[in-house]
Amino acid sequence: MKFTENLDLMSKKKIWFTISIVLMVVALLFLVINGLNLGIDFQGGSIIEYSFTEAVDTEQVRSVLQDINIATEAQLQDSSDAEEYGVIIRASELSQEEIQEVNNAMEDRFEGTDLLRSESVGPVIGEELRRQGILALLVAGVAIVIYISFRFEFKFAIAALMTLAHDVVFTIGVFAILGREINTAFIAALLTIIGYSINDTIVIFDRIRENMKLHKRSPFEELANRAVVDTLPRSINTSMTTLVAILAIYLFGGAAIQTFMLALFVGMAVGTYSSIFVASPILVGWQDRIEAAQ
Amino acid sequence: MRYKKKRKIKIGLIVLIIAMAVGLYGYYGINLGLDLEGGSHIVLQAQPTEDRDIDNEVMTGILSVIERRVNQIGLSEPVIQREGSDRIIVELPAVDNPSEAISTIGRTAMLTFRIDGETVMSGENINDARASHDEHGRPVVTFSLNREGAREFENITRRHMGQQMGVYLDEERLTNPTIQAVIRDSGQITGYNSVEEAQEHAILIREGALPVPVEVIESRTVGPTLGAIAIQQSIRAGLLGLLLVAAYIVFYYKFPGLIAAISLIIYGIIFMGTLSGLQAVLTLPGIAGLILSIGMAVDANIIIFERIKDERKSGKTLRAAIDAGFKRAYMTIVDANVTTLITASILAYFTSGAIRGFAVTLIIGIVVSMFNAFFVTKTLIDLSSGTNLLQSASSFGVREG
Repeated sequence: MKFTENLDLMSKKKIWFTISIVLMVVALLFLVINGLNLGIDFQGGSIIEYSFTEAVDTEQVRSVLQDINIATEAQLQDSSDAEEYGVIIRASELSQEEIQEVNNAMEDRFEGTDLLRSESVGPVIGEELRRQGILALLVAGVAIVIYISFRFEFKFAIAALMTLAHDVVFTIGVFAILGREINTAFIAALLTIIGYSINDTIVIFDRIRENMKLHKRSPFEELANRAVVDTLPRSINTSMTTLVAILAIYLFGGAAIQTFMLALFVGMAVGTYSSIFVASPILVGWQDRIEAAQ
Repeated sequence: MRYKKKRKIKIGLIVLIIAMAVGLYGYYGINLGLDLEGGSHIVLQAQPTEDRDIDNEVMTGILSVIERRVNQIGLSEPVIQREGSDRIIVELPAVDNPSEAISTIGRTAMLTFRIDGETVMSGENINDARASHDEHGRPVVTFSLNREGAREFENITRRHMGQQMGVYLDEERLTNPTIQAVIRDSGQITGYNSVEEAQEHAILIREGALPVPVEVIESRTVGPTLGAIAIQQSIRAGLLGLLLVAAYIVFYYKFPGLIAAISLIIYGIIFMGTLSGLQAVLTLPGIAGLILSIGMAVDANIIIFERIKDERKSGKTLRAAIDAGFKRAYMTIVDANVTTLITASILAYFTSGAIRGFAVTLIIGIVVSMFNAFFVTKTLIDLSSGTNLLQSASSFGVREG
C-alpha cells in the first residue's frame, strides 16, 4: 500500500466540503419537493397483506372492497413474487370488525387467501413515536457531545455531530428520492447508521488524538492527514465486511427487511465516506480558523 | 510456568462461558418476537367515562377481566401487561381468526336487560353463563344469577309480564323475547347463528364487563406463513452474511483472520446465551441491533490487527507487537463502543416497542463484543503466538515493502 504514504487528503478539503454540501442540498431539495412517504407507524392507518394461490390483481381486490364498502379509497399494491400472488392494502385506520369483514370477503372471493399480516395503528401511536424519537435523539446528541468533549475536545464533538447529521440527511434524502416507505424499521436503520457513523468517526479521531500527543510540533493538518491515511486499511476493511454482509441480507433476506437493509447500505456507505472526507476536514478547517484568528 | 498457568485458566474460563451460554440457550431458548414467529401484538387504551376516571383500580380490573377472557378463549402463552398509566399490551400467538379474537378481547361486554329502551338490570349479578342448545336444537347462552340478581330479576319479570325485554351486549341487541313467566335464577339468550358465537358471548358474559371501555390503538398481526418466511430468510441471510464476513477477514488477515472468525462464532454463541438468559425478545429491529454489534465486533478485531501490523512494521518482535497492539487498540475500541453504548442506553430509556428492542440487543451486543475483543481474541492470539502460524510475514496483512 505504498501509494497511501504520500496521500494528502486534508489539503483538498475544499473539494470534499463542496461534494458534501452539494449532496446535502440535493437531499434536502428532494426532501422538500417529494416529501417522505410516511408509513402507518407515523401517520396512523391500516395495512393488510394477502397472498393467494390464484392470480389476483389489484382491480379485483378493489371491486371486493367496493362491494363491502370498506376502505374504498385504499391504496393497493401488487406484491406478487416468483412463488405466489399477493396484494397489499393500505388504508386509513380500520377497526377490527372492518378488518374481519375484509378478511371474510377476500376468503370468499379468491382461492387460497392467506392473511400474511394486518396492522392498524392509531394516530396517538404515531404522535408518540415521533415525540419519543425526537426526544431520544436530542438527549443522545447532548450525551455524545459531553462524552466526546470529555474524552477528546469540544470541537471533536461538534465535528462528530455534524458528520452524523450529514449521514442521516443523506440517507433520508435517498429515501425521499426513491419514495420508499418510512416505517419503524427505517428508524431502526437510521439509529444503526448513527451508531456506526459515531464508531467510525471516533476511531479516526482517536488516531488524531494519539498523533497530537506523539508529535506535538507538527501542524494539525498533517497530524489529521496521517491519522486518516493510517486508519484507511481499517476503514476500508470494516466497511467492506459490513457492506458485504448487508448486501447479502438485502438480496436474500426477503421483503420484510429489504427497506431496512437498503437504508443500512446507503447509510453505511455514506458513513464510511464521511468519516474520512467530512469529519477530519471539519476539524482541520476549524483549526485553520483558530490559527488565522491568532 | 506462571504464564502458561494463567493461560490455562483463561482458556478454562472461555470454555466455561461458552458452556454457560449454550446451557442458557438450551434451557430458556430465544424468545422470538411476533414479527418473526407470527401472532398478534395489541395495545389497548382505557377510555375514561363520565363517572369513572382511569386509576389503578380500574386498570387492575381491566387487566384481570382481559386475562380471564384470553385464557377462556384458550390461547396458549399469552402476554398481558400494563404499560404506562392507561394502557394494556396483549400479545397472542398465531390464531386462525386474529381480528375476531382481538375484538372479543377489547369488547366492553356490558350485558343489560332493557324494557322500552330503559335499562332495568345489568349483568353484574350473573354467576355463570354457558353455551348450549335449547329444546329446538338452536344455539343459546344459558345464564344463572346469584341470590341478589335472582330477587331483582323476579321483580322485573313479575312487573313487566307480557312486555318485551331486550337483552343487549353493549349496544348489540342479542334477543328481544316477550316475558311469559316470572323468571328467578336462570335464563336463556337465543338468537345465535352458531355455537361458536354463543360460546364467545358466554365467555364475555361470564367473565364480566370491563369497568370502562377500551380502545385498540395499535394492533399488529403477523400470520404464521409470513413469520415462518421471515425467520427462515433472516437465518439464511444472516448465516450467509457471517460467512462472507469470515471469508473476507480470513482472506485479508490470513491466520489471525481465522482467529477473528472463530472469535466471531464464540461471540455469536455468547450473544445468544445472554439474550436467552435475560429472556429478551428478538425482533426484526433487534436483528438490526445484532448486525450493528456484529459489525462492531468485527471492527474491534480489525482495529487490533491493524495495530499489531503497524507495530510489526516498526520492527517489533511478534510478542511485543501483540502486546503493544492490544494496548493501543484498547482506548480506540472503548471510546468507540462507549459512545454507541450511551446512545443505545438513552434510546432504550426513552422509547418503547420496536426501537427499544433494537437498543436492548445493541447494548447486549456491544458489551459482549468488548469482552470478546479483549478477552477471547486476546487469549486465542496469545495461544497461537507460540506457534509459527503468526510468524509469517503476510499474517495481519503485512505487505512487503
